[in-house]
Amino acid sequence: MSPHRLDNGGLVDRGQSLDFSFDGRRMRGLAGDTLASALLANGITLVGRSFKYHRPRGIVTAGASEPNALVTIGTGARSEPNTRATVAELHDGLTAKSQNRWPSLSFDIGAVNGLLSPMISAGFYYKTFMWPAAFWEKVYEPIIRRAAGLGKAVLERDPDTYEKSWAHCDLLVIGAGAAGLMAAVTAARAGLDVILADEGFRPGGGLLGETALIDNQAAPVFATHVVDELKSLPNVRILTRTTVFGWYDDNVFGAVERVQKHVAEPVSTRPVERVWRIAAARAILASGAEERPLVFGGNDRPGIMTARAVSTYINRYAVAPGRAVVVFTNGPQGYQTAADLVRVGVSVPAIVDSRTEAGDPAPKGVRVIAGAGIVDTSGGLRVDGVTVERAGFRETIACDAVAMSGGVSPVIHLACQRGLKPFWSEAHSAFLAPETGPHLTVAGAAAGHGALAAALADGVSKALAAMADLGRRAAPAPLPETDAREGSAAAPLWYVPGARSKAFVDFQNDVTADDLGLALREGFGHIEHAKRYTTNGMATDQGKLSNINAIGILAGMQGVSPAQVGTTTFRPFYTPVSFGALAGTARDMHASPIRRSPLHGWAEGEGARFVEAGPWYRSSHFPRAGEKGLAETVNREVLAVRAAVGICDVSTLGKIEVFGADAAEFLNRLYSNAVLKLPVGRARYGLMLREDGIVYDDGTVSRLGETHYLVTTTTALAAGVLSHMEYAAQVLWPDLDVRFVSVSDQWAQMSIAGPKARAVLAQFVEADLSDTAFPALAAGAVTLKGGLRARLFRISFSGELAYELAVPASYGEAVAEAIMQAGRAHGITAYGLEALNVLRIEKGFVTHAEIDGRSTPDDLGLGKMLSTQKPDFIGKRLSSRYGLTAADRMQMIGLLPVDRDKPVRAGAHLLREGAKPSTLNDQGWVSSACYSPVVGRHIALAFLKSGRERYGERIVVWDRMHGEEVVAEVVRPVFVDPDNLKING
Amino acid sequence: MASLITCPHCGTRPKEEFAVRGDATPLRPDPAASDEAWADYVFVRANPRGRTFEHWQHVAGCRRFLVVERDTVTHEVYSVTDGAAFSRGRMA
Amino acid sequence: MRYSALSILRNAFKGNLGWTPAWRQPEPKPHYDVIIVGGGGHGLSTAYYLAKEFGVRNIAVLEKGYLGSGNVGRNTTIVRSNYLLPGNEPFYEFSLKLWEGLEQDLNYNVMLSQRGIINLYHSDGQRDDYLRRGNAMWMEGVAAENLTRAQLKSMLPFLNFDHARYPILGGLLQKRAGTARHDAVAWGYARGADRHGVDIIQHCEVTGIRRENGVVTGVETSKGFIGCGKLALAAAGNTSVVGEMAGLKLPIESHVLQAFVTEGIKPAIHHVITYGGGHFYISQSDKGGLVFGAEIDGFTSYAQRGNLATAEHVMEEGVTMIPGLSRVRVLRAWGGVMDMSMDGSPIIDRTPIDNLYLNCGWCYGGFKATPASGFCFAHLIAKNDPHPVARALRLDRFERGYEIDEHGAGPQPNLH
Repeated sequence: MSPHRLDNGGLVDRGQSLDFSFDGRRMRGLAGDTLASALLANGITLVGRSFKYHRPRGIVTAGASEPNALVTIGTGARSEPNTRATVAELHDGLTAKSQNRWPSLSFDIGAVNGLLSPMISAGFYYKTFMWPAAFWEKVYEPIIRRAAGLGKAVLERDPDTYEKSWAHCDLLVIGAGAAGLMAAVTAARAGLDVILADEGFRPGGGLLGETALIDNQAAPVFATHVVDELKSLPNVRILTRTTVFGWYDDNVFGAVERVQKHVAEPVSTRPVERVWRIAAARAILASGAEERPLVFGGNDRPGIMTARAVSTYINRYAVAPGRAVVVFTNGPQGYQTAADLVRVGVSVPAIVDSRTEAGDPAPKGVRVIAGAGIVDTSGGLRVDGVTVERAGFRETIACDAVAMSGGVSPVIHLACQRGLKPFWSEAHSAFLAPETGPHLTVAGAAAGHGALAAALADGVSKALAAMADLGRRAAPAPLPETDAREGSAAAPLWYVPGARSKAFVDFQNDVTADDLGLALREGFGHIEHAKRYTTNGMATDQGKLSNINAIGILAGMQGVSPAQVGTTTFRPFYTPVSFGALAGTARDMHASPIRRSPLHGWAEGEGARFVEAGPWYRSSHFPRAGEKGLAETVNREVLAVRAAVGICDVSTLGKIEVFGADAAEFLNRLYSNAVLKLPVGRARYGLMLREDGIVYDDGTVSRLGETHYLVTTTTALAAGVLSHMEYAAQVLWPDLDVRFVSVSDQWAQMSIAGPKARAVLAQFVEADLSDTAFPALAAGAVTLKGGLRARLFRISFSGELAYELAVPASYGEAVAEAIMQAGRAHGITAYGLEALNVLRIEKGFVTHAEIDGRSTPDDLGLGKMLSTQKPDFIGKRLSSRYGLTAADRMQMIGLLPVDRDKPVRAGAHLLREGAKPSTLNDQGWVSSACYSPVVGRHIALAFLKSGRERYGERIVVWDRMHGEEVVAEVVRPVFVDPDNLKING
Repeated sequence: MASLITCPHCGTRPKEEFAVRGDATPLRPDPAASDEAWADYVFVRANPRGRTFEHWQHVAGCRRFLVVERDTVTHEVYSVTDGAAFSRGRMA
Repeated sequence: MRYSALSILRNAFKGNLGWTPAWRQPEPKPHYDVIIVGGGGHGLSTAYYLAKEFGVRNIAVLEKGYLGSGNVGRNTTIVRSNYLLPGNEPFYEFSLKLWEGLEQDLNYNVMLSQRGIINLYHSDGQRDDYLRRGNAMWMEGVAAENLTRAQLKSMLPFLNFDHARYPILGGLLQKRAGTARHDAVAWGYARGADRHGVDIIQHCEVTGIRRENGVVTGVETSKGFIGCGKLALAAAGNTSVVGEMAGLKLPIESHVLQAFVTEGIKPAIHHVITYGGGHFYISQSDKGGLVFGAEIDGFTSYAQRGNLATAEHVMEEGVTMIPGLSRVRVLRAWGGVMDMSMDGSPIIDRTPIDNLYLNCGWCYGGFKATPASGFCFAHLIAKNDPHPVARALRLDRFERGYEIDEHGAGPQPNLH
């Protein structure tokens, strides 16, 4: 048995021994241990080093508020820095390492910082490191940065998985201690859907370390009985190892469940952590109370811990944290702990009570020094004595541990997360939760009802109140009876004067009482300033132990009540939550949904390479064997379309079908150009503006019947345009008779483009495709040979004779394959986005590279599409604003490099020849550029100030990012077939 | 509101199903209204600290635009109504 | 008192008892030449430059909470000048230059750390956007670099090169960008302003703006009426509330933006990195915490707290960009109220009321602008004429059609 393990008692399983290691040293603990209790059982007191002064530190608490005992648990990609040993459940094979020390925990070079402490007090860095001026960046800052942080994060890919889940309940009870268990069982017996969440691995909270009897049973036994009853009820869900970390709007709580953090090797079929979003009709916060450390000289030496922690280690874990323990208290807890120590045979050299009249009975034979305080401690890596001062006299007392108790603070974190401030209760000497309204109530010790009987009763009554509020009634069950003694009142003690060494307020961040004094002296007395200036409360424990003492000290220094000092702001997360848990499964390839076109399989069969385009994977190009690189493939595809025929998947374009008597009027108000008189069977290119007069999207409108239209959108704005139309129909003009629906997913759509397109299609379509029967911009339903109903549009985005054929999505691949076969004789070629882009640049057609949310129709050379006839359309009024019609706006032009071999690239800017680069001289920018295999040189679309007046001018294409400058001629933005002979062919 | 929204058509649903559009109070001016009225409509916001009416679309549900009446400080929701009905009421 | 190596040493031997308050706690005088509403970064820097550069005396800054309690104390501390549009880039570069001399100017170490910002791109289109932006920066004389995927792999090996939904193709680097210690910026300016005689009056809420004959004569406050010659608003998220007291109609919505910090870990991320597949951005503080954020919550709000769904989404983007973040724990989330303008760019301008000046619309980019915002606002207040680099930041640009829309998102703030 380990040296400090007690022979009897506790909730550990002496039959189940667990192997673990700390800094390479192998040890044994028991099932039911935390890492901290197991370390203490093995006599390990020194577990870490503080942030700033690298002072040796030990375990202070037995729970979530632990500031010191932070270790790295696990190895490799599973290592987790800054894990609190006090809540880490021991498992076989657990590996822990200490942090922030070099070369070793017991000998840490960084401790030299302690000698410099007079110069590196609170806020020191704001006053220094400024001389010489250049040194901050080069010398000082790197040094400071290197010293940053506690544990090391490996930043390797996480081998484990996470998930998220919603839960709904009538009543959420947070905390399974005395009040929480009673609240849960009261509501559960009445049939409410109850969720009981507790951060521990064993429900029971403080009852698990309690020595009083409840209903004549040991408190942990009572807890077990209640938990067993709850488990037997179908309307109760108990979430252990679950921390409720946040209270959000609409009474939704965020919680994280550590599903497999307590096992050596997680099972891969289950997550290691699960985040719950719990929507609770009502919630009860029964999170207990936190014992305050005392602020006295040398209060940070290993072996000094809170009295409750000492009791918990004895009673719950059967571990004696020392052999001679001095108790320092300002209230009853110290006496309780002394009794626990004496009961298990640990010597208590003295109880030092700050009160002049100690109101509690001391264990037999234990000396009480009342009206006294510890002013200093001694020891190297562990405390070995204390200096007690009473009425001006000092004495030293040898010990190997100190139990300190500064009274308790209700844990009200969650109740204060939504903007409400806690209030100071003089009666409790503590901040209590604000009035949070009926949805969340606070119960038990968290509400200031710290005595066991009161906590049990408060749990019942808060549950009954919540039920009444929900219109549910129940007969209150008889209250359990307890023999727990109510202690005397604690007397606030924020700081023990006369300290000869540092008195720490925030252990982890090394903030001392003197630092707070300095902050006050320098004008940082406001609690939020003091926090930020000294970093008090900003460590991984977020001030769970330190905040209240800092408030008390600042109040004392200013001679005001803590009420006037107030608290800092409580914010999520109650305790830190991993990225992994909050991210759940949405990571890597699952970070956002993946969409594939109905022609995806066909394109794959044709050897397509795919590229991300928003949620879609679109075919980028179709390389063939022997082709050397992208350019060769794309050139081939482009030339095939220009010379013969190509086929391209355009299914991802948004397709919205519009019906209704007012459909024409509706569309006429949506588009900047006239749509009203579009004949049935015809399509038209259309521009949609935003209300500010800027182009939003482009697409086509086809009139399929008198009151039936089909509009297309760009791929990127398929969802956006639908929403825009819904806004217009529902909010702007709710009285128009119009209905529409997205049919984007219902149709597979392919563009068949090139001089041979008609010849290919004619083999399929049961219709006259001659130019007279089906001219450019014709649109309508057709039947394919074999009887499949399809839609055909003579629309071109390549400048060629082109058709877009839409067939029901599930027929897409079959039709595409059939077209490929039929087109083989004509040299049909599958082409992708890359070729599509070249084809449209050659014709000067725009995409979102040009429609970038800042361009007007006129900027794009589409000024004619801004109807002056229509009384109203979205964007009409604001498109006439001065700045949108100014003569020096950038207009879209074409660029041809003068040197035929020189490329231009998108993103380059434009300068007049000879002009120095400057923001003032900036003439514009290149939006799209490519090599045109038809023109035989690079071409580009660009925006140039007053560009259309400047055709023929030479301009410098300035690409400093690539170190390139190319002279180009400004030309009309059409490089192929300027008279549209081919489209209309 | 910031966690759940009760859609009058679909019931109480998580916020992620909705997309917020913005202030629901400005009425689109008549085409003949002044330049100032139009600029105000598009660019000026009352931005109240307190009660506000806001358009939210239930994009992953009924796709209706809803008017959520809520508090911008507490996020308490006072009412949720259908946007078309709200518009008709405003226009009447 | 001036901070020097000597003062630090001398105090070290005296138990640090010799330090004096960084600023006074004055009671308001009956009248000031200039009153600035808002004791955040912008208000304090405005006061500092007004006094120091433009010789204005008799200035008060009124702050309803404690100084620095607004967005200057709740941001992700990023400082950069990598803007696209000519209305913005010169302004932000001016700001960065001021940052570079700020420690010496203020005799206060704001811990500027020019560690570089890298904006990752994930598609050809996004690459072209960043190249355009990089070239725009160079036009203003601001160095930018295009990092290839191979360069990124050696610089930032922890990025998700193999499994990202949107592949990392490259990045835009501005080396001079970085971070600064946010609270220190407020304190440094406050101390500097105070040393130039500015009265910083904390816990003094403006409840009304008194006007007579079309001009402002003073403000009603929780400490009584205070008269002024000129009134300058730098109220960030509360701009609309204060503006309404003077009858201003403003193109502003208040939105909440969340930011987060992790537990302190040993230095691991040495740049500011932004994710182009979403809005995520991250850097590591000198204390070791990873400081990060992403998009605004999306709805108007005056509450300094965010919602869980957005927080979860931020984490999703974070883990997608850096898979190894998965086991790092997030310590704290907070929310700032952003004064979102209708084009995503700020406003530093006069108002229809002659002696009322306006500084707002900082969206989620106000921190980096702090020095230039104050300098240019001070210039405007003192000279009644805009500073050359802030000429485009006009209030009437919306009705005149001169929006400065970096994202091309239009007049819907939650899209910016």
